[in-house]
Amino acid sequence: MIGDLLALIDWNTVFIILLAFIKAFVIVNVLLVIFAYMTVTERKVMGRMQARYGPNRVGPFGLLQPIADGIKLALKEDIVPSQANPWVHTIAPLLSLIPALIIFAVIPIGPSIPLGQPGREWTWFIANINVGYLYAAAIASLGVYGIVLAGWASNNKYSLLGGLRASAQMISYELAQGLAALTVVLMAGTINLYEIVQQQGRSGLPFGLLPIFGWIAFAIYIVAGIAETNRTPFDLPEAEGELGAGFHTEYSGFKWSMFFMAEYVNMVNVSALAIVLFLGGWWPMIGAWIGVPGLDGILGPIFFVLKIAFFMFCFIWLRTTLPRLRYDRLMNLGWKFLFPAALLNLTATAVWVALWPRGWWPFV
Amino acid sequence: MAYVELKSPPPPKGLAGTIGADLGAIARGLAVTLRHMGQKPVTLQYPEERPTLPPRHRGRHELERHENGLEKCVGCELCALACPAKAIFVEGAENPPEAPVSIGERYAKTYIVNMIRCIFCGFCVEACPTEALQLKRVFELADYSRQSMIYTKEMLLAPAPKKEPEDSWLPG
Repeated sequence: MIGDLLALIDWNTVFIILLAFIKAFVIVNVLLVIFAYMTVTERKVMGRMQARYGPNRVGPFGLLQPIADGIKLALKEDIVPSQANPWVHTIAPLLSLIPALIIFAVIPIGPSIPLGQPGREWTWFIANINVGYLYAAAIASLGVYGIVLAGWASNNKYSLLGGLRASAQMISYELAQGLAALTVVLMAGTINLYEIVQQQGRSGLPFGLLPIFGWIAFAIYIVAGIAETNRTPFDLPEAEGELGAGFHTEYSGFKWSMFFMAEYVNMVNVSALAIVLFLGGWWPMIGAWIGVPGLDGILGPIFFVLKIAFFMFCFIWLRTTLPRLRYDRLMNLGWKFLFPAALLNLTATAVWVALWPRGWWPFV
Repeated sequence: MAYVELKSPPPPKGLAGTIGADLGAIARGLAVTLRHMGQKPVTLQYPEERPTLPPRHRGRHELERHENGLEKCVGCELCALACPAKAIFVEGAENPPEAPVSIGERYAKTYIVNMIRCIFCGFCVEACPTEALQLKRVFELADYSRQSMIYTKEMLLAPAPKKEPEDSWLPG
Protein backbone atom coordinates (compact mmCIF):
# COMPACT_ATOMS: atom_id res chain seq x y z
CA MET A 1 0.00 0.00 0.00
CA ILE A 2 2.56 2.50 1.16
CA GLY A 3 4.94 1.14 -1.44
CA ASP A 4 2.39 1.92 -4.15
CA LEU A 5 2.02 5.49 -2.88
CA LEU A 6 5.74 5.98 -2.73
CA ALA A 7 6.03 4.72 -6.29
CA LEU A 8 3.63 7.49 -7.34
CA ILE A 9 5.89 10.22 -6.02
CA ASP A 10 8.09 11.83 -8.60
CA TRP A 11 11.24 12.13 -6.57
CA ASN A 12 12.84 14.44 -9.04
CA THR A 13 10.04 17.00 -8.57
CA VAL A 14 10.18 16.62 -4.80
CA PHE A 15 13.90 17.24 -4.93
CA ILE A 16 13.47 20.36 -7.05
CA ILE A 17 10.78 21.78 -4.75
CA LEU A 18 12.82 21.00 -1.67
CA LEU A 19 15.87 22.64 -3.21
CA ALA A 20 13.81 25.74 -4.01
CA PHE A 21 12.69 25.90 -0.38
CA ILE A 22 16.23 25.60 0.89
CA LYS A 23 17.47 28.23 -1.56
CA ALA A 24 14.65 30.60 -0.61
CA PHE A 25 15.47 30.13 3.08
CA VAL A 26 19.16 30.78 2.47
CA ILE A 27 18.52 33.83 0.29
CA VAL A 28 16.10 35.43 2.74
CA ASN A 29 18.58 34.94 5.54
CA VAL A 30 21.48 36.23 3.48
CA LEU A 31 19.45 39.30 2.55
CA LEU A 32 18.67 39.97 6.20
CA VAL A 33 22.32 39.54 7.17
CA ILE A 34 23.27 41.93 4.37
CA PHE A 35 20.70 44.35 5.78
CA ALA A 36 22.17 44.06 9.27
CA TYR A 37 25.70 44.67 8.08
CA MET A 38 24.65 47.38 5.63
CA THR A 39 23.38 49.42 8.57
CA VAL A 40 26.75 49.30 10.29
CA THR A 41 28.66 49.72 7.01
CA GLU A 42 26.58 52.73 6.13
CA ARG A 43 27.20 54.34 9.50
CA LYS A 44 30.91 53.65 9.30
CA VAL A 45 31.35 54.82 5.72
CA MET A 46 29.27 57.92 6.33
CA GLY A 47 31.29 58.54 9.44
CA ARG A 48 34.57 58.33 7.54
CA MET A 49 33.24 60.69 4.90
CA GLN A 50 32.35 63.12 7.68
CA ALA A 51 35.78 62.79 9.36
CA ARG A 52 34.54 60.67 12.27
CA TYR A 53 34.71 56.96 13.13
CA GLY A 54 31.12 55.73 13.24
CA PRO A 55 30.18 52.84 15.54
CA ASN A 56 33.33 51.13 16.84
CA ARG A 57 32.46 50.18 20.41
CA VAL A 58 30.39 46.96 20.20
CA GLY A 59 32.71 44.12 19.36
CA PRO A 60 35.86 44.39 17.23
CA PHE A 61 35.56 47.41 14.91
CA GLY A 62 31.91 47.73 15.94
CA LEU A 63 31.04 44.55 14.05
CA LEU A 64 28.55 43.39 16.68
CA GLN A 65 26.64 46.67 16.44
CA PRO A 66 23.78 45.17 14.35
CA ILE A 67 23.22 42.54 17.03
CA ALA A 68 23.01 45.22 19.70
CA ASP A 69 20.67 47.24 17.52
CA GLY A 70 18.54 44.20 16.84
CA ILE A 71 18.22 43.36 20.54
CA LYS A 72 17.38 46.97 21.30
CA LEU A 73 14.68 47.10 18.62
CA ALA A 74 13.20 43.73 19.56
CA LEU A 75 12.90 44.76 23.21
CA LYS A 76 11.25 48.09 22.50
CA GLU A 77 7.60 48.63 23.20
CA ASP A 78 5.36 48.12 20.19
CA ILE A 79 3.20 51.24 20.20
CA VAL A 80 -0.03 51.42 18.23
CA PRO A 81 -1.62 54.89 18.43
CA SER A 82 -5.05 54.76 20.09
CA GLN A 83 -6.83 56.26 17.08
CA ALA A 84 -4.92 54.16 14.55
CA ASN A 85 -6.33 51.22 12.65
CA PRO A 86 -4.53 48.37 14.48
CA TRP A 87 -4.90 45.78 11.72
CA VAL A 88 -3.61 47.92 8.91
CA HIS A 89 -0.98 49.36 11.21
CA THR A 90 0.33 45.82 11.84
CA ILE A 91 0.05 44.55 8.27
CA ALA A 92 1.69 47.58 6.62
CA PRO A 93 5.31 46.75 7.60
CA LEU A 94 4.82 43.18 6.36
CA LEU A 95 3.44 44.49 3.06
CA SER A 96 6.57 46.53 2.76
CA LEU A 97 9.07 43.82 3.72
CA ILE A 98 7.68 40.71 2.00
CA PRO A 99 7.74 42.12 -1.58
CA ALA A 100 11.28 43.28 -0.96
CA LEU A 101 12.32 39.76 0.04
CA ILE A 102 10.56 37.84 -2.72
CA ILE A 103 11.91 39.86 -5.64
CA PHE A 104 15.18 38.01 -5.29
CA ALA A 105 13.51 34.75 -6.35
CA VAL A 106 13.99 35.59 -10.03
CA ILE A 107 17.41 37.17 -9.88
CA PRO A 108 20.12 34.92 -11.33
CA ILE A 109 23.37 35.51 -9.49
CA GLY A 110 25.41 32.99 -11.46
CA PRO A 111 25.36 30.73 -14.50
CA SER A 112 23.92 27.25 -14.21
CA ILE A 113 26.39 24.42 -13.70
CA PRO A 114 25.53 21.13 -15.44
CA LEU A 115 25.76 18.16 -13.07
CA GLY A 116 26.54 15.27 -15.40
CA GLN A 117 23.07 13.85 -16.04
CA PRO A 118 21.05 15.61 -18.73
CA GLY A 119 18.49 17.94 -17.25
CA ARG A 120 20.23 18.01 -13.89
CA GLU A 121 22.02 21.27 -13.12
CA TRP A 122 22.83 23.50 -10.25
CA THR A 123 21.14 26.86 -10.69
CA TRP A 124 21.98 30.14 -8.99
CA PHE A 125 18.37 31.31 -8.93
CA ILE A 126 15.18 30.05 -7.32
CA ALA A 127 12.88 30.47 -10.31
CA ASN A 128 13.77 31.12 -13.93
CA ILE A 129 10.51 32.46 -15.28
CA ASN A 130 10.02 33.87 -18.75
CA VAL A 131 8.48 37.10 -17.41
CA GLY A 132 11.37 37.67 -15.02
CA TYR A 133 11.65 41.43 -15.21
CA LEU A 134 7.88 41.84 -15.26
CA TYR A 135 7.65 39.86 -12.03
CA ALA A 136 10.37 41.95 -10.38
CA ALA A 137 8.78 45.23 -11.47
CA ALA A 138 5.32 44.10 -10.34
CA ILE A 139 6.50 42.97 -6.92
CA ALA A 140 8.64 46.09 -6.46
CA SER A 141 5.61 48.29 -7.03
CA LEU A 142 3.63 46.28 -4.48
CA GLY A 143 6.03 47.54 -1.84
CA VAL A 144 4.51 51.01 -2.03
CA TYR A 145 1.28 49.64 -0.52
CA GLY A 146 3.08 49.00 2.73
CA ILE A 147 4.25 52.59 2.90
CA VAL A 148 0.94 54.15 1.88
CA LEU A 149 -1.04 51.98 4.28
CA ALA A 150 1.44 52.71 7.07
CA GLY A 151 0.94 56.41 6.51
CA TRP A 152 -2.82 56.03 6.40
CA ALA A 153 -3.17 53.65 9.34
CA SER A 154 -1.11 55.80 11.68
CA ASN A 155 -3.85 58.47 11.85
CA ASN A 156 -1.19 61.16 11.80
CA LYS A 157 -1.21 63.92 9.22
CA TYR A 158 2.55 63.85 8.76
CA SER A 159 2.54 60.10 8.27
CA LEU A 160 -0.25 60.42 5.75
CA LEU A 161 1.71 63.08 3.88
CA GLY A 162 4.72 60.78 3.86
CA GLY A 163 2.61 57.94 2.53
CA LEU A 164 1.12 60.14 -0.19
CA ARG A 165 4.54 61.38 -1.18
CA ALA A 166 5.77 57.80 -1.38
CA SER A 167 2.95 56.75 -3.65
CA ALA A 168 3.32 59.77 -5.92
CA GLN A 169 7.08 59.36 -6.09
CA MET A 170 7.00 55.64 -6.75
CA ILE A 171 4.34 55.93 -9.46
CA SER A 172 6.28 58.75 -11.15
CA TYR A 173 9.63 57.03 -11.15
CA GLU A 174 8.34 53.56 -11.92
CA LEU A 175 7.42 54.78 -15.39
CA ALA A 176 10.89 55.99 -16.21
CA GLN A 177 12.41 52.90 -14.61
CA GLY A 178 10.16 50.57 -16.55
CA LEU A 179 10.89 52.35 -19.83
CA ALA A 180 14.62 52.20 -19.20
CA ALA A 181 14.33 48.47 -18.53
CA LEU A 182 12.19 48.10 -21.61
CA THR A 183 15.07 49.45 -23.66
CA VAL A 184 17.11 46.49 -22.50
CA VAL A 185 14.23 44.14 -23.18
CA LEU A 186 14.04 45.52 -26.71
CA MET A 187 17.73 45.02 -27.27
CA ALA A 188 17.76 41.53 -25.79
CA GLY A 189 14.45 40.41 -27.23
CA THR A 190 13.44 38.67 -24.00
CA ILE A 191 12.20 39.48 -20.48
CA ASN A 192 13.83 36.38 -19.04
CA LEU A 193 16.51 37.74 -16.72
CA TYR A 194 18.77 34.70 -17.11
CA GLU A 195 18.65 35.00 -20.88
CA ILE A 196 19.33 38.76 -20.72
CA VAL A 197 22.50 38.11 -18.75
CA GLN A 198 23.57 35.30 -21.08
CA GLN A 199 23.21 37.59 -24.08
CA GLN A 200 25.45 40.19 -22.47
CA GLY A 201 28.00 37.49 -21.80
CA ARG A 202 27.85 36.22 -25.37
CA SER A 203 28.33 39.67 -26.86
CA GLY A 204 30.92 40.62 -24.28
CA LEU A 205 29.49 44.10 -23.81
CA PRO A 206 26.81 44.75 -21.17
CA PHE A 207 23.74 46.71 -22.21
CA GLY A 208 24.52 49.55 -19.83
CA LEU A 209 27.83 50.15 -21.60
CA LEU A 210 26.40 50.25 -25.11
CA PRO A 211 26.97 53.69 -26.57
CA ILE A 212 24.24 56.30 -26.11
CA PHE A 213 21.10 54.14 -25.82
CA GLY A 214 22.52 51.86 -23.19
CA TRP A 215 24.14 54.72 -21.28
CA ILE A 216 20.95 56.78 -21.19
CA ALA A 217 18.83 53.81 -20.15
CA PHE A 218 21.33 52.88 -17.44
CA ALA A 219 21.49 56.42 -16.06
CA ILE A 220 17.70 56.73 -15.99
CA TYR A 221 17.37 53.32 -14.38
CA ILE A 222 19.81 54.21 -11.63
CA VAL A 223 18.20 57.57 -10.82
CA ALA A 224 14.74 56.05 -10.83
CA GLY A 225 16.00 53.12 -8.78
CA ILE A 226 17.32 55.40 -6.06
CA ALA A 227 13.96 57.17 -6.05
CA GLU A 228 12.18 53.81 -5.83
CA THR A 229 14.07 52.85 -2.70
CA ASN A 230 13.30 56.21 -1.04
CA ARG A 231 16.97 56.87 -0.47
CA THR A 232 18.59 60.26 -0.21
CA PRO A 233 18.37 62.49 -2.30
CA PHE A 234 14.87 61.15 -2.93
CA ASP A 235 13.92 60.37 0.67
CA LEU A 236 10.91 62.65 0.68
CA PRO A 237 8.48 60.08 2.14
CA GLU A 238 10.46 60.05 5.36
CA ALA A 239 11.93 63.58 5.18
CA GLU A 240 12.98 63.98 8.82
CA GLY A 241 13.11 67.74 8.66
CA GLU A 242 9.68 68.25 7.18
CA LEU A 243 7.54 65.29 8.17
CA GLY A 244 9.25 63.93 11.26
CA ALA A 245 10.12 60.53 9.73
CA GLY A 246 7.00 60.54 7.55
CA PHE A 247 5.21 57.25 7.14
CA HIS A 248 6.99 55.51 10.01
CA THR A 249 6.58 58.27 12.60
CA GLU A 250 4.09 56.17 14.56
CA TYR A 251 6.07 52.94 14.34
CA SER A 252 8.39 51.58 16.96
CA GLY A 253 10.36 48.48 17.78
CA PHE A 254 10.22 45.54 15.47
CA LYS A 255 7.58 46.95 13.13
CA TRP A 256 9.75 49.99 12.53
CA SER A 257 12.75 47.80 11.87
CA MET A 258 10.74 45.94 9.23
CA PHE A 259 10.44 49.19 7.25
CA PHE A 260 14.14 49.64 7.72
CA MET A 261 14.82 46.11 6.47
CA ALA A 262 12.56 46.68 3.47
CA GLU A 263 14.48 49.81 2.52
CA TYR A 264 17.85 48.07 2.63
CA VAL A 265 16.68 44.89 0.95
CA ASN A 266 15.16 47.05 -1.77
CA MET A 267 18.54 48.68 -2.22
CA VAL A 268 20.00 45.23 -2.84
CA ASN A 269 17.15 44.43 -5.23
CA VAL A 270 17.54 47.60 -7.25
CA SER A 271 21.29 47.01 -7.45
CA ALA A 272 20.82 43.38 -8.45
CA LEU A 273 18.31 44.25 -11.16
CA ALA A 274 20.52 47.04 -12.47
CA ILE A 275 23.43 44.60 -12.60
CA VAL A 276 21.36 41.95 -14.35
CA LEU A 277 19.89 44.35 -16.90
CA PHE A 278 22.77 46.72 -17.52
CA LEU A 279 26.07 45.46 -16.15
CA GLY A 280 26.17 41.93 -17.41
CA GLY A 281 25.13 40.12 -14.24
CA TRP A 282 27.78 37.61 -13.23
CA TRP A 283 29.99 38.31 -16.24
CA PRO A 284 32.93 40.62 -15.91
CA MET A 285 32.21 44.16 -17.06
CA ILE A 286 33.67 43.68 -20.52
CA GLY A 287 34.13 40.30 -22.18
CA ALA A 288 33.39 36.84 -20.86
CA TRP A 289 35.27 34.57 -18.45
CA ILE A 290 38.27 33.15 -20.19
CA GLY A 291 39.78 29.77 -19.41
CA VAL A 292 38.47 26.78 -17.51
CA PRO A 293 34.89 25.89 -18.46
CA GLY A 294 32.72 25.66 -15.37
CA LEU A 295 34.85 28.19 -13.55
CA ASP A 296 32.27 30.87 -14.33
CA GLY A 297 29.82 28.94 -12.16
CA ILE A 298 31.98 29.71 -9.15
CA LEU A 299 33.47 33.06 -10.16
CA GLY A 300 30.16 34.40 -11.41
CA PRO A 301 28.37 34.73 -8.07
CA ILE A 302 31.49 36.24 -6.50
CA PHE A 303 31.61 38.85 -9.23
CA PHE A 304 27.90 39.49 -8.83
CA VAL A 305 28.30 40.08 -5.11
CA LEU A 306 31.22 42.43 -5.74
CA LYS A 307 29.09 44.44 -8.14
CA ILE A 308 26.30 44.62 -5.55
CA ALA A 309 28.82 45.80 -2.96
CA PHE A 310 29.92 48.56 -5.31
CA PHE A 311 26.33 49.64 -5.84
CA MET A 312 25.71 49.66 -2.09
CA PHE A 313 28.76 51.83 -1.56
CA CYS A 314 27.43 54.24 -4.20
CA PHE A 315 24.10 54.39 -2.37
CA ILE A 316 25.91 55.40 0.83
CA TRP A 317 28.17 57.77 -1.06
CA LEU A 318 25.21 59.55 -2.64
CA ARG A 319 23.45 59.76 0.70
CA THR A 320 26.44 61.43 2.28
CA THR A 321 26.87 63.86 -0.59
CA LEU A 322 23.52 65.03 -1.85
CA PRO A 323 20.83 67.00 -0.03
CA ARG A 324 17.16 66.14 -0.37
CA LEU A 325 15.30 67.41 -3.42
CA ARG A 326 12.43 69.84 -3.07
CA TYR A 327 9.13 68.15 -3.80
CA ASP A 328 8.24 70.04 -6.99
CA ARG A 329 11.78 69.52 -8.29
CA LEU A 330 11.38 65.80 -7.66
CA MET A 331 8.18 65.70 -9.69
CA ASN A 332 9.71 67.87 -12.42
CA LEU A 333 12.71 65.57 -12.66
CA GLY A 334 10.52 62.49 -12.85
CA TRP A 335 7.83 63.67 -15.25
CA LYS A 336 9.44 66.39 -17.31
CA PHE A 337 12.92 64.97 -17.69
CA LEU A 338 13.36 61.28 -16.93
CA PHE A 339 10.05 60.11 -18.38
CA PRO A 340 10.39 61.91 -21.77
CA ALA A 341 14.06 61.02 -21.94
CA ALA A 342 13.30 57.34 -21.32
CA LEU A 343 10.50 57.46 -23.88
CA LEU A 344 12.70 59.06 -26.54
CA ASN A 345 15.48 56.62 -25.78
CA LEU A 346 13.09 53.70 -26.08
CA THR A 347 11.74 54.97 -29.40
CA ALA A 348 15.22 55.52 -30.78
CA THR A 349 16.27 52.05 -29.67
CA ALA A 350 13.16 50.56 -31.22
CA VAL A 351 13.94 52.25 -34.53
CA TRP A 352 17.52 51.07 -34.36
CA VAL A 353 16.53 47.50 -33.57
CA ALA A 354 13.91 47.56 -36.34
CA LEU A 355 16.40 48.86 -38.92
CA TRP A 356 19.03 46.25 -38.03
CA PRO A 357 16.91 43.24 -37.14
CA ARG A 358 19.79 40.83 -36.86
CA GLY A 359 18.99 40.35 -33.22
CA TRP A 360 22.11 41.92 -31.92
CA TRP A 361 23.72 45.28 -31.62
CA PRO A 362 25.52 46.59 -34.72
CA PHE A 363 28.30 48.26 -32.72
CA VAL A 364 29.51 45.01 -31.32
CA MET B 1 43.89 75.53 3.79
CA ALA B 2 40.29 75.08 2.67
CA TYR B 3 38.34 78.14 1.70
CA VAL B 4 34.99 78.82 0.09
CA GLU B 5 35.09 80.18 -3.41
CA LEU B 6 32.45 82.90 -3.65
CA LYS B 7 32.62 83.29 -7.42
CA SER B 8 29.57 81.55 -8.88
CA PRO B 9 29.81 79.87 -12.28
CA PRO B 10 28.01 81.47 -15.26
CA PRO B 11 24.43 80.23 -15.71
CA PRO B 12 24.30 77.20 -18.02
CA LYS B 13 22.78 77.58 -21.46
CA GLY B 14 20.24 75.17 -22.88
CA LEU B 15 19.19 71.69 -21.75
CA ALA B 16 22.54 70.06 -22.40
CA GLY B 17 24.30 72.87 -20.52
CA THR B 18 21.95 72.47 -17.54
CA ILE B 19 22.43 68.73 -17.44
CA GLY B 20 26.18 69.15 -17.75
CA ALA B 21 26.30 71.75 -14.99
CA ASP B 22 24.16 69.59 -12.69
CA LEU B 23 26.21 66.48 -13.30
CA GLY B 24 29.39 68.49 -12.77
CA ALA B 25 28.07 69.80 -9.45
CA ILE B 26 27.15 66.29 -8.32
CA ALA B 27 30.55 64.98 -9.40
CA ARG B 28 32.34 67.73 -7.45
CA GLY B 29 30.25 66.92 -4.39
CA LEU B 30 31.02 63.22 -4.69
CA ALA B 31 34.71 64.04 -5.04
CA VAL B 32 34.61 66.03 -1.79
CA THR B 33 33.05 63.19 0.20
CA LEU B 34 35.41 60.65 -1.31
CA ARG B 35 38.42 62.81 -0.49
CA HIS B 36 37.29 63.13 3.11
CA MET B 37 37.12 59.35 3.39
CA GLY B 38 40.90 59.26 3.20
CA GLN B 39 41.55 61.66 6.03
CA LYS B 40 41.95 60.68 9.66
CA PRO B 41 38.76 61.17 11.69
CA VAL B 42 38.89 64.12 14.04
CA THR B 43 37.01 62.18 16.71
CA LEU B 44 38.75 61.88 20.07
CA GLN B 45 38.33 58.33 21.36
CA TYR B 46 37.61 59.84 24.74
CA PRO B 47 37.95 57.35 27.57
CA GLU B 48 41.15 55.98 26.01
CA GLU B 49 42.49 59.20 24.56
CA ARG B 50 42.55 62.28 26.77
CA PRO B 51 41.92 65.75 25.45
CA THR B 52 44.68 68.35 25.75
CA LEU B 53 42.83 71.27 27.26
CA PRO B 54 44.10 74.85 27.07
CA PRO B 55 45.74 76.13 30.29
CA ARG B 56 42.95 78.57 30.96
CA HIS B 57 40.18 76.02 30.51
CA ARG B 58 37.36 76.73 32.97
CA GLY B 59 36.63 73.49 34.73
CA ARG B 60 36.31 72.59 38.39
CA HIS B 61 36.92 75.21 41.12
CA GLU B 62 39.92 75.01 43.39
CA LEU B 63 40.77 77.05 46.46
CA GLU B 64 44.47 77.82 46.37
CA ARG B 65 46.97 77.99 49.21
CA HIS B 66 50.03 80.06 49.86
CA GLU B 67 53.37 78.34 49.73
CA ASN B 68 53.31 78.05 53.52
CA GLY B 69 50.04 76.14 53.42
CA LEU B 70 47.78 78.96 54.57
CA GLU B 71 44.64 79.49 52.52
CA LYS B 72 44.52 82.40 50.13
CA CYS B 73 40.77 82.80 50.65
CA VAL B 74 39.89 85.50 53.18
CA GLY B 75 36.15 84.87 53.19
CA CYS B 76 35.17 88.18 51.58
CA GLU B 77 32.24 86.62 49.70
CA LEU B 78 32.94 88.66 46.57
CA CYS B 79 32.84 85.47 44.48
CA ALA B 80 29.38 84.65 45.79
CA LEU B 81 28.33 88.20 44.95
CA ALA B 82 29.73 87.99 41.44
CA CYS B 83 28.19 84.63 40.67
CA PRO B 84 25.37 85.07 38.13
CA ALA B 85 24.03 81.59 38.81
CA LYS B 86 24.14 81.98 42.60
CA ALA B 87 26.09 78.78 42.81
CA ILE B 88 28.54 79.84 45.54
CA PHE B 89 27.86 80.14 49.22
CA VAL B 90 30.56 81.53 51.51
CA GLU B 91 30.39 82.03 55.25
CA GLY B 92 33.28 84.00 56.64
CA ALA B 93 34.58 83.92 60.19
CA GLU B 94 37.25 85.62 62.29
CA ASN B 95 40.65 84.12 61.68
CA PRO B 96 41.83 82.74 65.02
CA PRO B 97 45.28 84.34 65.63
CA GLU B 98 46.59 81.32 67.55
CA ALA B 99 45.80 78.88 64.66
CA PRO B 100 45.42 80.98 61.48
CA VAL B 101 43.66 79.41 58.52
CA SER B 102 44.23 82.24 56.08
CA ILE B 103 46.69 85.13 55.99
CA GLY B 104 43.95 87.74 56.45
CA GLU B 105 41.79 88.80 59.39
CA ARG B 106 39.03 86.53 58.24
CA TYR B 107 38.78 83.15 56.57
CA ALA B 108 36.09 81.10 54.83
CA LYS B 109 34.43 78.95 57.44
CA THR B 110 32.09 77.44 54.87
CA TYR B 111 32.70 77.41 51.15
CA ILE B 112 30.16 75.61 48.98
CA VAL B 113 29.91 75.48 45.21
CA ASN B 114 26.79 73.97 43.74
CA MET B 115 28.07 72.35 40.56
CA ILE B 116 24.54 71.84 39.21
CA ARG B 117 24.04 75.62 39.20
CA CYS B 118 27.54 76.62 38.16
CA ILE B 119 27.81 77.79 34.54
CA PHE B 120 31.63 77.93 34.55
CA CYS B 121 31.69 81.58 33.51
CA GLY B 122 34.72 82.39 35.67
CA PHE B 123 33.29 85.60 37.13
CA CYS B 124 34.11 84.32 40.62
CA VAL B 125 37.75 84.02 39.61
CA GLU B 126 37.76 87.56 38.26
CA ALA B 127 36.08 88.84 41.43
CA CYS B 128 38.54 87.18 43.82
CA PRO B 129 40.84 89.85 45.32
CA THR B 130 43.41 87.36 46.64
CA GLU B 131 43.52 85.02 43.62
CA ALA B 132 42.38 82.25 45.90
CA LEU B 133 39.79 80.83 43.54
CA GLN B 134 40.88 79.15 40.32
CA LEU B 135 39.02 77.15 37.68
CA LYS B 136 41.07 74.08 36.89
CA ARG B 137 41.23 71.75 33.90
CA VAL B 138 39.15 69.08 35.65
CA PHE B 139 36.07 68.52 33.52
CA GLU B 140 34.71 65.08 34.48
CA LEU B 141 32.19 66.32 37.00
CA ALA B 142 29.25 64.04 36.23
CA ASP B 143 27.80 62.09 39.12
CA TYR B 144 24.67 60.20 40.07
CA SER B 145 23.08 62.33 42.80
CA ARG B 146 22.31 65.97 43.41
CA GLN B 147 23.87 65.76 46.85
CA SER B 148 27.21 64.72 45.42
CA MET B 149 27.22 67.75 43.17
CA ILE B 150 27.44 70.08 46.18
CA TYR B 151 31.17 70.67 46.54
CA THR B 152 32.24 71.57 50.05
CA LYS B 153 35.34 73.38 51.13
CA GLU B 154 37.21 70.14 51.85
CA MET B 155 36.65 69.01 48.31
CA LEU B 156 37.60 72.30 46.75
CA LEU B 157 40.71 73.09 48.78
CA ALA B 158 44.05 72.48 47.15
CA PRO B 159 46.10 69.83 48.93
CA ALA B 160 48.32 71.29 51.64
CA PRO B 161 52.02 71.45 50.81
CA LYS B 162 54.14 69.00 52.74
CA LYS B 163 55.26 70.63 55.98
CA GLU B 164 59.00 70.80 56.44
CA PRO B 165 59.82 71.88 60.02
CA GLU B 166 63.24 73.48 59.44
CA ASP B 167 62.17 76.18 56.97
CA SER B 168 58.60 76.55 58.23
CA TRP B 169 57.68 79.63 60.20
CA LEU B 170 54.28 78.23 61.00
CA PRO B 171 53.33 78.64 64.66
CA GLY B 172 53.29 75.45 66.67
